Amino acid sequence: MTVDQSLADLSDTLFSISVALYSVAVVAFCAQLAFGRRPAQQLVGAGAPGVADPVPAADRSSRWGQVGVALTALGAVVHTGVLVTRGMAADRLPWGNMYEFATAVVLVGVVSFVVLSVRMPPVRDMGAFVLAPVVLSLVAIGLFLYAEAGPLVAALRSSWLAVHVSSAILGFGVFFVSGIASVLYLVRLRVDARGGDASPVLARLPGAVTLDRVAHRTAVFGFPIWTFAVIAGAIWAESAWGRFWGWDPKETWAFIAWVVYAGYLHARTTAGWRGRPAAWVNVVGLAVMIFNLLFVNMVSTGLHSYAGVS
Amino acid sequence: MSTVAPPRPAAAPQPPARPSAGHRALGLWLRWWRRLTAMRTAIILLFLLALAAIPGSLLPQRALSQNNVSQYFADHPTLAPLLDRLYLFDVFSSPWFAAVYLLLFVSLIGCVVPRAVEHARALTAAPPPAPRRLLRLPDSAALPTPLAEAAALDVVEEELRVARFRVVRRSGDAGPELSAEKGAWKETGNLLFHLSLVALLLGLAGGKLWGYEGSILVTEEQGFCNSFQQYDTYSAGPLVEGGDLTPLCVDLEDFRAEYEEDLTAASFTADISYGAPGEEGRPTTIGVNDPLRVDGDRVYVTGHGYSPRFSITLPDGTAFTDVSAPFLPADQATMASEGALKLPDLGAGTDDQLAIEGFFAPTGVLQGGILTSIDPRPLAPQVAILAYQGYLGLDSGLPQSVYSLDADQIERGRLTEVGRANLSVGETLELPDGTAITFDGYRQFAALQFSHDPGQLWVLGAAISLLLGLLALLLLRRQRVFARAEPAPDGGGTVLTVGSLTRGGGESATRFAELTDRLRTALADRAPAPPAPPSGGAAPEPEALPSDR
Repeated sequence: MTVDQSLADLSDTLFSISVALYSVAVVAFCAQLAFGRRPAQQLVGAGAPGVADPVPAADRSSRWGQVGVALTALGAVVHTGVLVTRGMAADRLPWGNMYEFATAVVLVGVVSFVVLSVRMPPVRDMGAFVLAPVVLSLVAIGLFLYAEAGPLVAALRSSWLAVHVSSAILGFGVFFVSGIASVLYLVRLRVDARGGDASPVLARLPGAVTLDRVAHRTAVFGFPIWTFAVIAGAIWAESAWGRFWGWDPKETWAFIAWVVYAGYLHARTTAGWRGRPAAWVNVVGLAVMIFNLLFVNMVSTGLHSYAGVS
Repeated sequence: MSTVAPPRPAAAPQPPARPSAGHRALGLWLRWWRRLTAMRTAIILLFLLALAAIPGSLLPQRALSQNNVSQYFADHPTLAPLLDRLYLFDVFSSPWFAAVYLLLFVSLIGCVVPRAVEHARALTAAPPPAPRRLLRLPDSAALPTPLAEAAALDVVEEELRVARFRVVRRSGDAGPELSAEKGAWKETGNLLFHLSLVALLLGLAGGKLWGYEGSILVTEEQGFCNSFQQYDTYSAGPLVEGGDLTPLCVDLEDFRAEYEEDLTAASFTADISYGAPGEEGRPTTIGVNDPLRVDGDRVYVTGHGYSPRFSITLPDGTAFTDVSAPFLPADQATMASEGALKLPDLGAGTDDQLAIEGFFAPTGVLQGGILTSIDPRPLAPQVAILAYQGYLGLDSGLPQSVYSLDADQIERGRLTEVGRANLSVGETLELPDGTAITFDGYRQFAALQFSHDPGQLWVLGAAISLLLGLLALLLLRRQRVFARAEPAPDGGGTVLTVGSLTRGGGESATRFAELTDRLRTALADRAPAPPAPPSGGAAPEPEALPSDR
């Protein structure tokens, strides 16, 4: 199994192109925020975009929003190309090390955002706040996690790689969007509490109800996937490591994340926890996921040491 | 617990006499029980559980690596015993971790069991009667129709039955009414999910109590039988009797490690034969991700390495061939390995015992007299050995590692170095007393692990039903629809009031709008030929032919 170097190089080039496209998308979303008129306060609760507001500025703003979504979608296509060419170069699934895993997670996050913003247009207003972390994450991934395309180690050569890692990527990517929505929800509540005049840009965020709904729906979508990822991982571990669960650091943190998200879903339907506290739980969940990716792979020693980062 | 139960207005009236101690205890217990099974408590316990798991991943754990724990003790001599007293090196088997999850499970059971009983009752019972003011429900509409009251409700019932609702008709005070319900499986999923968690915990516990695991290094052409005496290390649940172990023997015939061009390990496979003791072994091949499974027991390849082979000729001409011991890989990338051979029985006395401590390089390169390995494959095997003679101290009663010599014996001068050399295959180190040590080559060894976990399938089943329950819980909607038919205030026909309550899933408004649209169409279809356009509302299309009936 040899690595096709020209494809591997193409993959790296596509990576840079997708970062560039996302960066331009951030600019477009910022323009949307800057040129947008601050919507009336009622938008806080209504999920609907400014109704009967034919002011040119609003038009221009929403056009910038559409440009942002289009650029993001284009970036996602190129981003997909990064992984496809990677996989072809090494002739395997392109999630065998941390670089590939994290790149795929960010792609899932971007795709979830695009899908959401097509189905729920007010979500577009949070574009800048989703795409900016995306760009930052990708730059950090490129700088610190980069690993050459190469063959898989023996332990990863199993069909469970496709099942377990794919579902983990999917769950993580969806939680990524969910966590950002909850952060913005908390910001929104603060802006609303100050009357919204303090920061005209932040006042352009989607309403609190919308943000809360986005956070909850994505978490509801991600939770069974994450559950499945953990179960599939346990089944794989049973045949690879001799036990289905052994409190390996990665397993422990996957469990912690599962418990935190279970807590979030319960909290959101429990009096006294609804709203702000529940959103904080979701934010903690995302922090746990990121910690699990970075700390457990790079600092602690466990069986999941496939980072490939020297 | 910071949460307090909401104040209950008009609590139990003061009893006339002081309640008996038993009553008070019962009351107290009930209060605590209610508090424990409250959702807020469950959420807090969930967080405690997450929090409690954290030290288990940050501190070395005995269950994972005894060596790392010892290292931690050596590095932090004052802190480590303190942490140990708090069970921080055995977090997942510690009493406080158990306390958190047992409380959580008690809370869960206390919450779920009553709900299960209630749900079982609700499954067979008819949907509840319609609330008095239907227009106050989150989704509601009033539909005027020229149909008679019963006929209008017929239309609603038909629409709802097609949409798989359970429908019940009642005659209410204000007119005939209808209650419909669908999606009871959502609550079934909810209960299945939570009860599966309990089943999963029971399966885990069973596996811990009756399961065991043993590891052993087996060199090619050797084997082992499943018994605790033979294993290098083993762990067993408290209810495992030594005699209960599955009678199974495994012989390692051949071990192969394959590598990619860039020396990434591609596969490890072991040809083994297995069977009951004394039985003709059945041959098979096991490897990474591909264990041997026999009757619920599994045999895994968990590692591999090299056992260098030596032949030793004593001054009197006595020759020992095929003397070998597994050397543990110190570096998985190059398989540079370290180990020792202890030969207490070569000579007659206890002071002329021989020991070899060494370094094995599968592909050796000498750099400034130091042997290193540059390739995990055995392309040019070499050893660097130090030979000692003297007293090994094996019968001193103190435990020794089999992979290294006892440094104390060397320090005390009981064991003295008598020679050292770097040897390629076939080369010999001659000791001052005339003993010759020849490096003959190597054999490969495999680290094998035997595992028995009777709870495993139970846990898998629980995990699958947990996932199914979760999917039903999160994806299904429970929807109740109520309808009431009342005579229109102006006397012309009927006003149908429809209301709906939804649990789970967003956008209930759109779905309700679709339902009312369908109802409007159906009502219009059934309406008799329009004698006069009904007052208000859109007139039905006149082209619709009246039905025969």
